[in-house]
Amino acid sequence: MKTFAKMGLPGRLIAVEGLDGSGKSTQIYLLKRWLESQQLKVFFTEWNSSELVKSATSKGKKQELLTPTTFSLIHATDFADRYERQLVPLLRAGYLVLCDRYVFTAYARDIVRGCPPQWVRDIYSFAALPDLTLFFKAGLEVSLSRILDGRPELKYFEAGMDLRLSPDPYESFRIFQGRILEQYLAMSSEFDFITVDANQTIEAQQSIVRSLVTRRIDLGSFAAAI
Amino acid sequence: MSIRPVKLGARAARVMVPQRSKRRFYGHGIPEVDVTKLAGKLIVVEGADGSGRSTQIQLLVNWLESAGHSTVQVGLKRSTLVSEELDRAQEGNILSRTTLSLFYATDFADQLENIILPALRAGQMVLADRYIYTLMARDLVRGMDFKWLQNLYGLALVPDAVFYLNVKPEELVQRTFAKYARLDYWESGMDLGLGRDIFDSFLKYQAMMAQQFKRLQATYGFHIIDAHRPVEMINVDLRKKIEAVLAGHKLH
Repeated sequence: MKTFAKMGLPGRLIAVEGLDGSGKSTQIYLLKRWLESQQLKVFFTEWNSSELVKSATSKGKKQELLTPTTFSLIHATDFADRYERQLVPLLRAGYLVLCDRYVFTAYARDIVRGCPPQWVRDIYSFAALPDLTLFFKAGLEVSLSRILDGRPELKYFEAGMDLRLSPDPYESFRIFQGRILEQYLAMSSEFDFITVDANQTIEAQQSIVRSLVTRRIDLGSFAAAI
Repeated sequence: MSIRPVKLGARAARVMVPQRSKRRFYGHGIPEVDVTKLAGKLIVVEGADGSGRSTQIQLLVNWLESAGHSTVQVGLKRSTLVSEELDRAQEGNILSRTTLSLFYATDFADQLENIILPALRAGQMVLADRYIYTLMARDLVRGMDFKWLQNLYGLALVPDAVFYLNVKPEELVQRTFAKYARLDYWESGMDLGLGRDIFDSFLKYQAMMAQQFKRLQATYGFHIIDAHRPVEMINVDLRKKIEAVLAGHKLH
């Protein structure tokens, strides 16, 4: 697998990964605002948001119809739709594309759900690698408490209840997130994740993010035509 | 070729119990499925629209049920999970090829896990009106990578028999017109831009599909059935082969 830069596309893709509650969505949002304020060509997309596939995914989730295999395939369908119809055309048009989660989310979740790792990776082999992947690493307890402190209602698949880890959704969520963290850490060096310490303040993290992006990407070449 | 009908088991009171066959998935399969528990048989009928698939399947269902076997039918785009969405996507022709391919794979996997595997576990005869091969052939015609498709459909169970009803494109045109008086957009491969004319496109597309089936046949070993013959004659042929499958023989 190659990055978009290595494939010779003019655009660049930046992905953020991390556990729920790691603060990655806040960070990528602030990055987007900063890039926009410089009048750069920026596009933001998040996991599981293709309009067409979404209705099937939410039905599958609501009615608990999904198995590890169909859970994996329907998310791959969603990703493929966004990839083929949005990401690639935008990258060819020279955009900076920001992704809240990329294929690594699928690798981690599907493998924890028991799908064969190579099967999952091969399915996503149509996708190029991000030019920069930021992994927000907070302690497991920190991420968990950010999500669980408000005692939210955890959804069935979100809590990993389909894995039968525990009858208690909160306990299930803890074990599930712990396993996902293990998967992230195991693939971190293989995919050149840049780890950001997510236990710091929002501002401190954003400074790091902005300076990383400036160092790795020639932002001047993404100016929007006036 | 003899047209003598195979003797039906319907009149005999004793129902033949099918021999168990060795089962496997093509690749990684479905996590945590014990293939040794799948007692039923999986029979696949492949072929273009107009090749007579559904007619043959209906006749096989009648025959199997009167012989005392419980049957279940599956087909493409029949899953609870995504069939409606898939229909909508096709109407608008808005999905690109990888997406459509994965959407169909989701539909297939949903039926495999929720219908096919439970039916086989319960010892039923599953008749599949098309299987992964049509999906693969369509994707191959659209330039998808064969290895990628093989990995994707490594989740599929190897059937006990796969029959490919072979009909020449020129004959398919005639049958399609006789039945619907029009050619279908997708079955004509109009998304591929093979020609502006749907008639030309249909012939080209069906020839391309037949070519891909030939390629798949080399890997997956279907039984090619000459479906230009009369319905009953084809059915006799299929029944003979299925009887052999039920008796535990390997088809070749």
